[in-house]
Amino acid sequence: MESEPVEGMKNVKTAVARGSVLPKSPTGIQGLDQITGGGLPTGRPTLVCGSAGAGKTMLAIEFLVRGATEFGEPGVFMMFEENAAELTANVRSLGFDLDTLVAENKLRLDHVHIERSEIEETGDYDLEGLFIRIGYAIDSIGAKRVVLDTLEALFSGLPNHAILRAELRRLFRWLKDRGVTAIITGERGEHSLTRYGLEEYVADCVIVLDHRVVGQVSTRRLRVMKYRGSAHGTNEYPFLIGTSGISVLPITSISLDHGASNERVSSGIARLDEMFEKKGYYRGSSVLVTGTPGTGKTSLCAAFVDAACQRGERALWFVFEESASQLVRNMRSIGIDLQRWIDDGSLEIHASRPTLHGMEQHLLAMHDAILRAQPGVVAVDPISNLAFEANTADVKPVLMRLIDFLKQQQITGLFTSLTQGGTPAIEDSQLGVSSLMDTWLLLRNLEYNGERNRTLYVLKSRGMSHSNQVREFVMRDTGLDLIEAYAGNDRVLTGTARLVQEAQERVATQQRRLEHERRLRALTVKRKALEAQIAALQLEAEATGAEADSAVSQEASHAAAEKHDTRGFAGRRGGAARTTVSAIRTSARRKQ
Amino acid sequence: MNTRLADMDQRRTKPEWQLRLYVAGQTAKSTTALINLERLCKTYLAGRYEIEVIDLLKNPTLAAGDQILAVPTLVRKLPEPIKKIIGDLSNEARVLVGLDVKPMD
Repeated sequence: MESEPVEGMKNVKTAVARGSVLPKSPTGIQGLDQITGGGLPTGRPTLVCGSAGAGKTMLAIEFLVRGATEFGEPGVFMMFEENAAELTANVRSLGFDLDTLVAENKLRLDHVHIERSEIEETGDYDLEGLFIRIGYAIDSIGAKRVVLDTLEALFSGLPNHAILRAELRRLFRWLKDRGVTAIITGERGEHSLTRYGLEEYVADCVIVLDHRVVGQVSTRRLRVMKYRGSAHGTNEYPFLIGTSGISVLPITSISLDHGASNERVSSGIARLDEMFEKKGYYRGSSVLVTGTPGTGKTSLCAAFVDAACQRGERALWFVFEESASQLVRNMRSIGIDLQRWIDDGSLEIHASRPTLHGMEQHLLAMHDAILRAQPGVVAVDPISNLAFEANTADVKPVLMRLIDFLKQQQITGLFTSLTQGGTPAIEDSQLGVSSLMDTWLLLRNLEYNGERNRTLYVLKSRGMSHSNQVREFVMRDTGLDLIEAYAGNDRVLTGTARLVQEAQERVATQQRRLEHERRLRALTVKRKALEAQIAALQLEAEATGAEADSAVSQEASHAAAEKHDTRGFAGRRGGAARTTVSAIRTSARRKQ
Repeated sequence: MNTRLADMDQRRTKPEWQLRLYVAGQTAKSTTALINLERLCKTYLAGRYEIEVIDLLKNPTLAAGDQILAVPTLVRKLPEPIKKIIGDLSNEARVLVGLDVKPMD
């Protein structure tokens, strides 16, 4: 399954590269030209076969109409079953106006009627009459394209198959010689491609159409079985017949060549935008939101489309679970008023049951709605419901196609997917589409401490740094918000547990602050005491100093007096004076 | 172009049998068919028929009118209903069945 698309793409690319070798006539049919690498072989017949109602005639007529209107190649439609009026009425639903094209000589319709009961064979004959009719039709408008729908009616009309087969061989040879690009349709046979083995004659290009019903839902598929001289996509591609013709869905969808925008769009939740570099999703990216029931997927969608409408963009919301009015009512409970956007036409909600039609029809309805509304954002809620009836393998190509389409239109897409609670692999998007997504948000319910709380985290987001944190996803009547979950110690706490933890922290903080203040006060007191002590000592020091000064001056006056006395004594007694002075000094020191 | 081979012995009113033979050029098959047709008519419808031969190579637009695919094709325009007989008319019994003509004796 995974390798097929890659291989298919290679083939298509090679076919394009070799396009110059084999001239091709574009069909103008969406997707078919990509698969065939440019169209059907120019100047050669192509066999389109399939069961009744597979879309052979539609493909053939679109080939002619596109050729006439888009590529300037007039066409001839030789019909063997319905008449011109019936065909014109049938294809009007595809938007094709055959009457105008016929009037403008861009198209010629010729009904070849064969009634077995009217015909009697009476000998040798050939089909020159048919050749002449086709030849005349081609010449009258200079046709480059011819459709024969379906030659097999000849087999029931003409009993002599030996002559018929010889003539068919001649017919295809003749068509090639005329250089017209032809489509021959044929009914699917039991053991061969076509009931009468037309593939024996048309060997250049064979396209098989199929209409299968699986689980009561039908899907059309197209396969290029053979393309002589050209590479081509070999897969089966689902295709749609819609209001604008056939649309083939190459699973590989052309190539991955859509431009990438650097512009950002808001998710509708400011804190969620913060997780993506504070800017939100890339414009034109696809976002997957997965989660178990009740995790808030739809609410995320609502916030997303609401934000888009507030920016003045148009939004489309495809819902497969609720009706539009129910959705509007429910979203009002989380403070999102969608009704005003519906009223002013910026929001369209398309609610349908997934089982209403097959995958292809769903995709077609989305295509049509998107092309009509030209929205800036598209939400699909949920894609997992699309797989309710359909085979999961069918869902992926359809989604791939849708995502590619949105990217080419630079439309930001939000897809939700329901995952089953309790499955071991929570990172299972169920449909195998996660690889297609640029951003993946995972919503989870965490059950702890008797309550369940919603959490959100970003599983991946291409091309931007994004938060690795688990956030608590809160829905209030004022809107959605994300709260940083408590991520301390050994676990992440949410809800009441988070609140309790936060309260405990607050108390602890308060206590710490009080303790701190108390200590500060104590230290201040101690410092002040020390300062007072210092001041007292200072005073004492000053007093002591003063005393010392007075002692010095006292001593000086004593000394002066003594000197005076000594001189007087010396005058009377002579040399014995020195010893007496020393004795007096000593006694003075002792006094101090 | 259109070759009228009416039996002039009859009255000028339209004969009871209006036959139209479509061919594509002067091929062996178309020549054979015309010879066979004239012989049959003279034998079984003497005086009651008119044959119109249309060459589709010269008048391709006429092929659509009578829904002609195979050539030669003989169309019984009258009497109603329209019958078509394809081939070179060499199988006389089948031509008579196709034209709804009963052998006279």
